[in-house]
Amino acid sequence: MAHALSGKVVIAGIGHTSFGKHPGRSTVSLNIEAIRKALADAGVDKPDVDALFVKAPTSKFEMMYAQTLSEALGIVPRIGGIYDHGGASNISMISYAAMAIDAGQCELAVVALADNPATGTRQAYQKSYGDGDSALYGWFGTPAGYAMIAQRHMGQFGTTSDQLGAIAVACRKHGAANPNAQLRKPLSLEQYRESRLIVAPLRRDDCCLVSDGAAAVVLMSARKATQLGVAKPVPVLGFGQGQTSWDVALRPDLTTTAARMSAQTAFAMAGLQPSDVDVAQIYDCFTIAVLMTLEDYGFCAKGQGGNFVQDGRIELGGDLPVNTSGGLLSETGMPGLQLVIEGVRQMRGESVNQVRGARNCVVSNQGGIMHTHATLLLGQ
Amino acid sequence: METVTVPAPERDALNTPYWDSLAQGALSFQRCNPCGHAWLPVRSECPQCLAADWGWEKASGGAKLISWVVYHTAYHPVFASRLPYTVAVVELDEGPRMISNLTALGAAEPLKIEQRLRLLVQDEGGTAVPRFTLA
Repeated sequence: MAHALSGKVVIAGIGHTSFGKHPGRSTVSLNIEAIRKALADAGVDKPDVDALFVKAPTSKFEMMYAQTLSEALGIVPRIGGIYDHGGASNISMISYAAMAIDAGQCELAVVALADNPATGTRQAYQKSYGDGDSALYGWFGTPAGYAMIAQRHMGQFGTTSDQLGAIAVACRKHGAANPNAQLRKPLSLEQYRESRLIVAPLRRDDCCLVSDGAAAVVLMSARKATQLGVAKPVPVLGFGQGQTSWDVALRPDLTTTAARMSAQTAFAMAGLQPSDVDVAQIYDCFTIAVLMTLEDYGFCAKGQGGNFVQDGRIELGGDLPVNTSGGLLSETGMPGLQLVIEGVRQMRGESVNQVRGARNCVVSNQGGIMHTHATLLLGQ
Repeated sequence: METVTVPAPERDALNTPYWDSLAQGALSFQRCNPCGHAWLPVRSECPQCLAADWGWEKASGGAKLISWVVYHTAYHPVFASRLPYTVAVVELDEGPRMISNLTALGAAEPLKIEQRLRLLVQDEGGTAVPRFTLA
């Protein structure tokens, strides 16, 4: 049975900037553009916004950033703040906003993220990991952490490079049909095999784009959306989190993450099962993340992710279309809120790669090297 | 011309015994006195029972391979001339896991997870570091 909060809060509006490069623009400026568009999409006025939840920009950390942004927006929130779960922040913030609305702490919440690593600093993406001596071993960069997990998955379950390639091919195919996508060049499996090795076993085409941009969503109670005559409110059916937290070198199991508990919480809240899901937006910072998330969510057994993603099964027209706007591999490398926005478009019936008759969409967000995870279930 | 070196680890009161031990050719780890849990990297409390009552032990040097990656990209200038190089997660026979390099692999068979490894202490820009090779 669904939790009492399931379906009581809706996403009433969505907005985003163009994706790619925004030289000279601050994350505050990018956030404001996305929020302006999301408020217009919801048909609500700025003075009614009484909550602001914003993701810490990955490219540059700033103290009390939510207050800087509130000032620039000219609002005085009743509740909110800046959250740092890496890419999982977006769905985490949506869940906090939904609980705050339900608890009477606010009525109209904005959730936003902006990032500018393409034209700003990329330093945050290239640091060494661990306890300070990692540089001695040349243990640098985010791709290496995912490569370490992918290699273990290959060793444990026989997962192949071609199976990771099938994920890149699917996302690039969907992105090619999306006029807003940063990378609209489709990818064949042959091209994938020739793609440059970055940190083996991962190739260039296993890795997401580096992008400037911003996205925002507006949340309110379903009742308020009806009162305001919001055109296409999309109900939040369930959400969950799981925080693996430990460093890649220290976590006892490299190939199962807290994505599993995150999904279990979200599905239980919604009273749904994976078989009820018609379309999925799965955080694809690296192809292996998609494969493992599909396993941890229960779309297939642990170790069967490689078989599951092959033969067009996650492409439009397949059993479970994944990342119908192109995901981080093709639409924008921005960390995650665009996946929620595509989930909303699917539920409204407005996606460029619309899954016909889709009634339920699952969205995953994750951060770090699978350190954090959050799951969102959207419905009709 | 300035020589490019890997950033040396920052030493403090807590981790100095770890680095001093390596300089003597031994890899040391921490073990909790109340609960017996063994760990790396260095920390001030046991991550299992939270006690601050622990001591140093020397590792036997035996380990197994959890996973590995091969860098084809240099994220720091010093590694540009070493490409491709291998970074691994290894598990010591005593339990602690750590990041390290696999070295002196020669033209051996392809690596396999759970493969047996043994410790080699090597110099890296003046710091003695623990690396591993096939047992």
